Amino acid sequence: MRWFLIILNISKTHLLSRVKQTSIAALGVTFGIGAFIILMSFMTGLNGLLDGLILNRTPHIHIYNEISPNLNQPASLYSDLENSMHVIHSIKPKQTQLKIHNALPIINYLNTNKEVKGAIPQVKTQVFYTAGIIELNGIVTGILPLEESRLFNFHDYIIGGTPQGLKNNLNGILLGIGAAKKMSLKIGDRVQLATPKGDFISLKIVGFFQSGLGEIDNVQSYVNLKTAQRILGENANYITDINVKLLDINQSVPMSKAISKQFNVTAIDINTANAQFETGTSIRNLISYAVSITLLIVAGFGIYNILNMMIYEKMNDIAILKATGFSGFDVKMIFISQAVIIGFIGGVLGLIIGFVCSKLIDSLPFETEALPTIKTFPVNFNYLYYVVGIVFAMVSTFFAGYLPARKAQKIDPVEIIRGQ
Amino acid sequence: MKKVLEAKHINKFFRKPVLFQALNDISFSIDKGEFVSIMGKSGCGKSTLLYILSTMDTDYEGQLFLNEELITGKTKNELAYFRNKHIGFVFQFHYLLPEFTILENVMLPAKKLGLKSHEEIEHDAIEKLKLLHIDEQAFKIASRISGGQKQRVAIARALINDPTIIMGDEPTGNLDSHNADNVFNIFKELSEEQNLSLLVVTHDKDFADKTDRIIEMGDGKII
Repeated sequence: MRWFLIILNISKTHLLSRVKQTSIAALGVTFGIGAFIILMSFMTGLNGLLDGLILNRTPHIHIYNEISPNLNQPASLYSDLENSMHVIHSIKPKQTQLKIHNALPIINYLNTNKEVKGAIPQVKTQVFYTAGIIELNGIVTGILPLEESRLFNFHDYIIGGTPQGLKNNLNGILLGIGAAKKMSLKIGDRVQLATPKGDFISLKIVGFFQSGLGEIDNVQSYVNLKTAQRILGENANYITDINVKLLDINQSVPMSKAISKQFNVTAIDINTANAQFETGTSIRNLISYAVSITLLIVAGFGIYNILNMMIYEKMNDIAILKATGFSGFDVKMIFISQAVIIGFIGGVLGLIIGFVCSKLIDSLPFETEALPTIKTFPVNFNYLYYVVGIVFAMVSTFFAGYLPARKAQKIDPVEIIRGQ
Repeated sequence: MKKVLEAKHINKFFRKPVLFQALNDISFSIDKGEFVSIMGKSGCGKSTLLYILSTMDTDYEGQLFLNEELITGKTKNELAYFRNKHIGFVFQFHYLLPEFTILENVMLPAKKLGLKSHEEIEHDAIEKLKLLHIDEQAFKIASRISGGQKQRVAIARALINDPTIIMGDEPTGNLDSHNADNVFNIFKELSEEQNLSLLVVTHDKDFADKTDRIIEMGDGKII
């Protein structure tokens, strides 16, 4: 410990006697780390936002009954034709119901699974929004508003209302904003729906739904699950979709396979449904890391240069330190500690600058149709990037200092002293 | 009489640019309290010998004893410790660390040795500076004092760990006659009053004449 303090004291004196050089070297690190923090915070913030657009509203596993032709056509069951080629024209999908068989027990079963964050039912149905004699095509989805909000950030897409508001009003509807504009409807107005069975039902608008995708906003509306079942004239076990959110998204593929096998339903996992989004995320991350590492390597070369020059200037000092009993290792540690001190000071400054700039970006206005609740640029203040930043600063300056320091370790004092 | 330093059959070769024997079978010893000077013309190998004796140069043949302990063959770190504890250096060009204060320069070898507390070392350092009449400069930066003063600081630094022997490579070579006399008198005092052993390389005949013993060298041999 004492030994270390002596070494540290020597390097401190060296650094303080060259404030200008030291601060230039430290500034190199500061800019590198600052840029790293800003880049990573902003990039991952944006990534999070973009991923969120898909991930938050997409269930990890979507369970429903798909309309499809039967894979086992009668011709293939007929043993006389076993070794022949079957050519069947105009296969029709098999007649099936849209509702999921035994949906409520399935939901209960899934909710007891430890890997499942939540499984919630939906009822989807076609309707017409009627305004006078005009009929607009629409889709009404019956949901459990609070659960939907908890698992799929449903509240982010509601304007002028709340999930709670929808839950409290069995005659309430969150109308798609595009449809609302077409019909000039305001919150509190009533909208008439024509159901597939030909009935008319009048619902009160408790808020608007805006997803940012115009085509969806023109047709999609949300009501309570019970309301949707009432529109269809079905009872409480009529459920057309089950949306599952898992704790670990990577489990979605095996889980969905298991579910579809166990319950004989169609279960689509998020990776199949949205294969492209992960690619974008990883490439954006890769670019951010590549740029930051480049910046830090440039800063590292700056430190390498300055320490190298310093060692040439300090030849005499090194010789005298060695002559008076400091070992090569001591001398090496003096220069490495200088590099690491520069790295630490520059790194901490970089973190501070990075944080301040991130805060600044965070307060810049950023309005997007896609996310009505987002008002400023998204910035990720994950402390992990700050840890990575300071570790990277220390490690890169350590290596930048190590090479010149090893040179100093090897300097032969006799050559220096005799050379005078 | 206890032998402080003993060299046995030391040979030294320079391999570059051509093979050249710099030292040829050097054997001698120094007793405790003796003030010895090595004299000789430039290139006769006297500095080369000094650096071997100082343990900084390990590339030689023969055996070297310090305090009746075999030094030859020790590792670099052991040698560094040995130099720190037993040998004090005074060079022709004072070689202080320019950014440090006089006091810090003197204290540094003792701090490295680490046997005493910071306060004790500071006290010792002030004592040594007083001994050399330079204590009033203690808190000045080393680059701000005159050459003669620097050389006295270098002597104080050489003394700080109470070494077995002090070695000097032309310690007066860069000083005017007044300061050179001053340095010589300090050495003489140390030798007589503190019974310190000194080995000084010089080509200053006046200086050498006043020492206890002169070792004359020529062409890598003791004459």
